[in-house]
Amino acid sequence: MQSVQFEAPGTVEQAVALLAGATGDARVLAGGTDLLVQLRSHLVDPALVVDIKHIEETRTLVRNADGSYTIGSAVAGAEAHENAQFVADWPGVMEAWDLIGSTQIQGRASLGGNLCNASPAADSVPAMIVAGMTANIAGPGGRRSVPVGEVPVAPGRTSLANGEFVVSFTLPARPAGGGDAYLRLIPRTEMDIAVVGCGVALVLDGGGTVTSARVSLGAVAPTVLLVEDAARAIIGTTLDDDALAALDAACQAACSPINDKRGTIVYRTQVAGVLARRAARIAAERAGSR
Amino acid sequence: MTGEKTEFKWVGTRAIRPDGHDKVTGRAKFGSDFALPGMLQGRVLRSPHAHARIRSIDTSAAEALPGVKGVITSADFADQSSELAAAGEALVNYRDMVRNVMAREKALYDGHAVAAVAATSAEIAEAALELISVDYEVLDHVIDVDLAMEPGAPILDEELEPAGMEASGPTNIAKRVDFDLGDVEEGFAKAEVVLERSYTTAAVHQGYIEPHAAVASVSEDGQAQIWCCTQGQFMVRAYTARLCGMETSQIRVTPSEIGGGFGGKTVVYLEPLATALSRKTGRPVKMIMSREEVFRASGPTSAGSMTYRIGATRDGVITAFEGTIRLEAGAFPGSPVQPACMCAVAPYDIKNVRLTGYDVVVNRPKVAAYRAPGAPISAFGAESIIDELAKELGFDPLQLRLKNAAKQGTKAAYGPTFRRIGFEETVEEAVASEHYSAPLGPNQGRGVASGFWFNIGGESAATVNITEDGTAVVVSGNPDIGGSRASLALMAAEELGIDYSKVRPIVGDTSSVGYNFLTGGSRVTFATGLAVVEAARDAVRQLCERAAKIWEVESDGVIWRDGHAVPASSNVGDFEPLSLADIAGQSPKTGGPICGHNAQNVQGAGPGFATHICDVEVDPETGRVTILRYTAVQDVGRAIHPSYVEGQIQGGAVQGIGWALNEEYIYNERGQLENPGFLDYRIPVASDLPMIETVVVEVPNDRHPYGVRGVGEVPIVPPMAAVANAIENATGVRMEHLPMSPPRLLAALDAARLPEAAE
Ligand SMILES: Cc1cc2nc3c(=O)[nH]c(=O)nc-3n(C[C@H](O)[C@H](O)[C@H](O)COP(=O)(O)OP(=O)(O)OC[C@H]3O[C@@H](n4cnc5c(N)ncnc54)[C@H](O)[C@@H]3O)c2cc1C
Repeated sequence: MQSVQFEAPGTVEQAVALLAGATGDARVLAGGTDLLVQLRSHLVDPALVVDIKHIEETRTLVRNADGSYTIGSAVAGAEAHENAQFVADWPGVMEAWDLIGSTQIQGRASLGGNLCNASPAADSVPAMIVAGMTANIAGPGGRRSVPVGEVPVAPGRTSLANGEFVVSFTLPARPAGGGDAYLRLIPRTEMDIAVVGCGVALVLDGGGTVTSARVSLGAVAPTVLLVEDAARAIIGTTLDDDALAALDAACQAACSPINDKRGTIVYRTQVAGVLARRAARIAAERAGSR
Repeated sequence: MTGEKTEFKWVGTRAIRPDGHDKVTGRAKFGSDFALPGMLQGRVLRSPHAHARIRSIDTSAAEALPGVKGVITSADFADQSSELAAAGEALVNYRDMVRNVMAREKALYDGHAVAAVAATSAEIAEAALELISVDYEVLDHVIDVDLAMEPGAPILDEELEPAGMEASGPTNIAKRVDFDLGDVEEGFAKAEVVLERSYTTAAVHQGYIEPHAAVASVSEDGQAQIWCCTQGQFMVRAYTARLCGMETSQIRVTPSEIGGGFGGKTVVYLEPLATALSRKTGRPVKMIMSREEVFRASGPTSAGSMTYRIGATRDGVITAFEGTIRLEAGAFPGSPVQPACMCAVAPYDIKNVRLTGYDVVVNRPKVAAYRAPGAPISAFGAESIIDELAKELGFDPLQLRLKNAAKQGTKAAYGPTFRRIGFEETVEEAVASEHYSAPLGPNQGRGVASGFWFNIGGESAATVNITEDGTAVVVSGNPDIGGSRASLALMAAEELGIDYSKVRPIVGDTSSVGYNFLTGGSRVTFATGLAVVEAARDAVRQLCERAAKIWEVESDGVIWRDGHAVPASSNVGDFEPLSLADIAGQSPKTGGPICGHNAQNVQGAGPGFATHICDVEVDPETGRVTILRYTAVQDVGRAIHPSYVEGQIQGGAVQGIGWALNEEYIYNERGQLENPGFLDYRIPVASDLPMIETVVVEVPNDRHPYGVRGVGEVPIVPPMAAVANAIENATGVRMEHLPMSPPRLLAALDAARLPEAAE
């Protein structure tokens, strides 16, 4: 293990300069609940660690005038919970974030870390994708924003260029008649990694017909999937049995999981369909009750 | 031995444990908390191969690394002959043990130690491991017990000669055992219903929170001290002395507080290595296992495979039981197949029983004890087939158990005739419980199962030292895993007649108390408790003598009552009672220190029986099982400290539930363990479980002055079948293989649904 340079800059510009100027592997530190574990088990061996928690923008969660939210990339789940309006607007995003780890982990775990760790099983990512979130990125070339789904590109790899990091996220205003939900399957009740995760966000018209929908699956492919066929299967329906069966089938068709210690191909595929049906029902219930 | 005492002042109370404050404040010292000046850090190089011949080991580059003070391999340990040697009550083969702590000719499992380094820092020691080059000839490996028994299986030890059977060539079968009672052919001839089923169970780890840790310091005069986390300091002393070629008296072992053991710390891994490294370097050496090492290299319990046949008459009398049980021993012989056979149907009065067991070596770590070793495995199958039998006969499963229950006078298939036991009482309590008749909802089911464990006695020594201010120190020699210090202090307070807070119990090191067999077999509260009671009675005898001296009367004229010496009768004279403090204060003038002693090989352990009720809900679309409610009924003889009795029962049930639902070792095709951590080796977390309800039945053991039986092991025997039976009740699907994890259960549910769909 080499010695590690540790920096805790107070501005985005300083952080970018440090990251861009690093000679060896440089890592952003948000809550550290992934990074510290990886350091201790010698999975990563960075020359530089940049703690971004002293940068105001990464640490604030605000509701904008238009009802959208700007969420600092290093805000912890426990902090988000304190914003009652946010919890009411996006219960699916919050429940996905909530599922990360235990009470202790909740005090640290961030959306930026969950996304940039680039695990296909990251719990918040399907919920972020279906909610239509974008990542606001800063780098040597300035700022840019991309849909969150474009950040992870492979297990453990992101599309962030050298010197770039995620400063915040933009979460659109909740649409009228909108509802979201996230479900995951783990063998236990906590402290496990999703065998399958599924996020659904949809909008219902006054008659209970789905007018738009997004369906996302985690842990069934190298990256989290946005399954457009699954959305198509329920748009224009009232989520009757046939629509749910079509949703189930579309999700199963989209899966390309592996057999590993956490689940088999057959099991993951089958459960993806089950969770999609259940999440769609919960999202519709939430939409209808608003 | 009386067993008659039924009125108590302290026994049966929920006193605060003497080690409680230190544990909640973090002051308690566990294995890895010890440090000495000049201490080196030791690390172990482990085989990445499940089975490989070691052609050579070159340690020169590691030795040359600055900061490295010593490297050891198997060459640093003298070979041992193959014979079963007595180590306390246990029989061990030192030839195997020396090979398990450090691989010799072969590495026999992924994680098998092949060399160890001591260096000035952990980083240097780890860097040095990478400089050791081992020339391996990788061999085919075998992990599954049934495959290991097949002709043509890779052979672990060409020289292995099976005991109890003939072998026509090299084999992985280390032993065959047979148990016979009555005439099974005749029993099956009488039967009107006969079932035959096969079951398997997965290897599971004890899952203790505290990894193995040891510090050893060998000084220039050859004296060694070891501080370590163990279930038995005397065991560590004996094994380390033998493996390192030292005299027992030259080694002093001090046990730390222990963060769980469950049987897994009844053997040595690090202690001989740290001692050998300390001897070689002249410095103290500390060694700690990582969690990964704990999983890869320390003892799981056996995986098992069994085939059973059961016969009964329509009126519910089990007439015959026959079975074959095959258990994995790991890399060296010694699975608990014998107790597995003995316990399988021990709760039942069956006249005709034949059981055959095979002990089979495979390429995984040598198994270590785990709560009631062997019994949970054989009972999973036995209690499952009995559940099926009940269904077949149209019997309530508890009523079928009652009808066939073993009781006082029943001759057990494993030999003895039971004295007074409390099995029927556990079943009756279960039948009468509110839980057993509570309503169930959709996708929910209820299962019951029973279990048996012998419990043991063994060698115990204890001292009760009366201090000059009239308090007492109880010194015994068993690491306290489940609250035993509290129980021992309660018993001493009861005998001495003083307040519990005036009794301080400690766990002595090997040089400050007589030999104690290790903490295991549910023996401490029973056997060491008995030694403490006797030692306290010895102290009381001395106290009475001192009072007699003070009063100048015959010593038999004084008796002990409520913590005071009083005249035995008015004939003796009229004296004010003398308190323990009064007598202690005068002890210099009446003969010196007052120390009660007792040392014996305790006999008469009372068997333990348990009956559990489990409610589950099964998600029919995902195969996930939720434990809704769980009640454990157990005969404990006498609950000395009810909270720790309940804690043992709850803990055993929880570990059994983990064994039932999710725990398993996942290997890749090269035989390397893929889940050496708590993330993917899934023991239950708190939110997985309801509060485990306990019903404590007290049928006193007449071989203990207070009736103690031993409680720590039998609660892990029934859970797996209780869960399987509940799943069957909820879904109609019978799970015959463990673990009943979501993917496996969903596959079984789907298989059962297929014919329906086809209709
Ligand atoms: C006990 C335990 C339980 C867990 N349970 C779950 C669970 O149930 N579900 C789940 O999904 N995860 C789980 N995790 C993983 C982890 O907690 C989450 O992924 C968490 O969201 C990571 O956030 P963090 O702020 O701690 O990230 P960090 O550890 O700080 O960072 C994670 C990675 O992202 C990079 N990074 C962080 N922030 C940024 C940024 N703004 N821009 C660019 N790169 C960045 C880091 O360099 C690092 O590579 C668990 C972890 C532990 C230890």
